[in-house]
Amino acid sequence: MFSDLDFSINEGEVLYLKGPNGSGKSTLLRLMAGLLLPVNGTLTWNNKDIHHDEGLFRGLTHYVGHQDAVKTALTVEENLRFWAEMNSNIKEKSTVQKALQEFSLDSFSTLPARFLSAGQRKRLNLARLCTTWAPLWLLDEPSNSLDSDSVNVLSAAISTHQKKGGIVAIATHENLDVHSNSLDISMFTNFKIKSRDYDGW
Amino acid sequence: MAGKSIQVFFKLIQREILLAIRHGSDSCMIVLFFVIVVVLFPLSVGPEPGILTRISAGIIWVSALLSVMLSMDRLFQSDYEDGSLDLLILASEPLELIVLAKTVAHWLTTGFPLIVISPVLALFLNMDTSGYSTLLIALALGTPTLSLVGAIGAALILGARRSGVLLSLLVLPLFIPILIFGVSAVDASLTNLSSKPQLLILGGLFLAGLVLCPWASAAALRQAAE
Repeated sequence: MFSDLDFSINEGEVLYLKGPNGSGKSTLLRLMAGLLLPVNGTLTWNNKDIHHDEGLFRGLTHYVGHQDAVKTALTVEENLRFWAEMNSNIKEKSTVQKALQEFSLDSFSTLPARFLSAGQRKRLNLARLCTTWAPLWLLDEPSNSLDSDSVNVLSAAISTHQKKGGIVAIATHENLDVHSNSLDISMFTNFKIKSRDYDGW
Repeated sequence: MAGKSIQVFFKLIQREILLAIRHGSDSCMIVLFFVIVVVLFPLSVGPEPGILTRISAGIIWVSALLSVMLSMDRLFQSDYEDGSLDLLILASEPLELIVLAKTVAHWLTTGFPLIVISPVLALFLNMDTSGYSTLLIALALGTPTLSLVGAIGAALILGARRSGVLLSLLVLPLFIPILIFGVSAVDASLTNLSSKPQLLILGGLFLAGLVLCPWASAAALRQAAE
C-alpha cells in the first residue's frame, strides 16, 4: 500500500495524516496501533520494536476507528465505564462523569446506547479518550458525523492532551483547530502492488 | 500488575454476564434448544423405556454439544462487528486473559444452565438414578472444555461468510473426545463400574484446554483484526 515511509512523532506533537480516500490513512493508523503487522520495516516506541515484545506497547494507545465500539444493550455510562476500567483501576465515578459532561452526554447517561444517534455514539467513543491516560491517541476520522460544537470539544481535548505531553495522530479531511505537523501520505503511496504487499488488506 | 489483571478479568466477566442478561432471550433459546433436541429422541426412537434408558446419556451429551456449538458464534462476533475487538486487543491486559474471561462468561451463561437442567431431562429419558451424579460431574468437567475449544472456532470464523455452518465443521470434530469420555463415564456408572478413569480424562482435557485454547483463540483474534 505504501513504502519508503519514515517518520517519528515526539511528545506533545500532533500529526495529521492527509490523503485521498483509499490512500492508506486508516491502514497506517492500524499499523501504528500494532493491529496490523508491517510487511517490511519496523515500528518503534522509545526505540524499541513494538512487535518484538508484546507487553511493551500494550495499553499505551487510545484507538478511535470507524466503528464506535458501543454495546447497544448497555447504557451510555456503562459503556464508558467499562472501557475506563479496562485500562486502569479508576474507582471514582468522577472521571467517567467528567468525560460524559465534556462531550455533553451526561443528560442521557442512563439511556441504553441503542437510542443514540450516530454523532452521539461517536461522542461516546471519543469520551473514552478523556477517562484514562494513554500517551498515544490514534484517531481515524474522529470528526465524522460530529456537529461543530463537538468538533470544538474534540480539538480542546487534543490540545489538552498535547500539553500533557501526549502524542496524537489524526487521519482527517477537516482541519481541527490544533497546532500540528502534517504528513501527506499520498506522497508515499506506491501503486506497484506486489501480491505480498497487498495481502490482508 | 497481577492484582489489576484479576480485576480486569472479573470486570470483563461481569460485563459479559450483564450483556447476556440484557439479551436474555439468547441464553433462554440455547436452553430451550437443548430441551427440544432431547425431546425429539423419544418421538423418533419410540417411547420404550428400555431403549431410552440405554441411550439417555448419549442423547443428553449430543444435545449439549449441539447447544454449546449453536451459542458459540456470538462469542466474538458482536465485538468484531462493533469494533470492540480492536480495543480489546489494544487493552493493557494480555488478549489471552481477555479471551479466557469471555470464555468463562460464555460457560456461565450457556454451559451452566445446561448442567442445571440436565437432571430433569435425564429423568425424562428414564435414566437410572445411579447415573445422575456422574452425568452432572461429567458435564461440569466437559462443558467448560466445549466452551474453550469452541472459542478457537469462534475466533477463526470471524469475517467468514456462512460462519455458522463453518463453525460446526471446525468445532464438532474437536468435540468428539469429550463426547466419547462423557458418555462412557455415565455408561460406566450405570453398569456399576468405576467412572473415575473417564472423569480423570475429562479433567485432563479441561486442564489442557484451559492452558492451550485461550492462547490459540487469541492468535486467531489477532489474525481477524488484521
